[in-house]
Amino acid sequence: MEKTMRFLTGCLILFVAANLSAAAATAPPTEGGILPDITLETPVDPVHREYLGLQEADSFTIPEIDADIVIVEIFSMYCPHCQREAPTINQIYEKIEADPKLKGKVKLIGIGVGNSAFEVKYFRQTYDIPFPLFADGDFNIHKQLGEVRTPYFIGVRILGEGNHKVFYSRLGGPQDAGVMLEELIAQSGLAR
Amino acid sequence: MKIYWKAILALVLLGIAITVPAWGLSEAYKENVYNPGKLKATDSTLKVKVGDPAPDFSLPAVAGGTVSLSDYRGKKHVVLSFVPAAWTPVCSDQWPGYNIVKDLFDENEAVLLGITVDNIPTLYAWTNQMGDLWFPVLSDFWPHGAVADRYGVLRSDGVSERALFVIDKEGILRAIHVADINVRPNLEWCAIELEKINR
Repeated sequence: MEKTMRFLTGCLILFVAANLSAAAATAPPTEGGILPDITLETPVDPVHREYLGLQEADSFTIPEIDADIVIVEIFSMYCPHCQREAPTINQIYEKIEADPKLKGKVKLIGIGVGNSAFEVKYFRQTYDIPFPLFADGDFNIHKQLGEVRTPYFIGVRILGEGNHKVFYSRLGGPQDAGVMLEELIAQSGLAR
Repeated sequence: MKIYWKAILALVLLGIAITVPAWGLSEAYKENVYNPGKLKATDSTLKVKVGDPAPDFSLPAVAGGTVSLSDYRGKKHVVLSFVPAAWTPVCSDQWPGYNIVKDLFDENEAVLLGITVDNIPTLYAWTNQMGDLWFPVLSDFWPHGAVADRYGVLRSDGVSERALFVIDKEGILRAIHVADINVRPNLEWCAIELEKINR
């Protein structure tokens, strides 16, 4: 009997350990820390590929984006706040693109957690979202990011030579596009 | 040292039990969503099949009045979306998604009816967090879960399955999807099934 118990317990511990390593992050990225190892599919849309400054590879990591700062919105098309705030996030994008000191240096992407490509496409069309959105239909990235609620924003400072630092990691979206953008720029340390 | 294998096994099992799946829950609900943990995927037996006439019903709507399935006969295709319970994780992030796809239903000459076994006051408070829903939300509270039961999606604990029924303008069931209660069904299923009717 004890042998069986020992075997069963051993198997279960191995099972749990394997699952824990698959969903290693139990907390969101910390400010001052780095991102988990997230891989995204290179966008098919050449406009988005060019915006992110990506090579021809099938996938990429966020620090590979050609920018000084990347703002990552974790959203879901099923989230009422994400829906309500989508026009404000678009305004942030427009403000960046209209500012010669920020254009090309600050880039925005969105990751739709638990959203299929079809659902992300619907969210994009509904709110006319100009920046690249990525699907995370199986919640893999969501697990890596500590299963945050939505919307959640992560600011990443790209430091070159593959290095980066998370400077902003917070739940909740903006009341005002200008206020949030200024807060992000100030916190990133980017000289204007 | 004696090792208490039974105790270790119990602790490991407890650890698995309290590990809950990821839902990407919206901040809109703050801390007000009750986490039931992982549930048995399905717990009922369908009483209807594709090709059957859809059982008619009349249910009170959160917006007031009563909505009957037969109201749409000859006018619109109908998608019934049964969700298990208000203030639970997956359900809370299902209908808000449907709220931005009205054009998908319009293009396919269809309406959506949301149904749960909760009472009207509970549904009122819950759906208020979702914004202004364009589709009727109906209460199958009393006789408790009677409509869910007629379709064969009432679970043994009194909540419904997470199920979608596509019914054409003639009142015939054209597609049925009883999802794993722990997982939100992909919106694409609705789009594909509605397009099939209109092809």
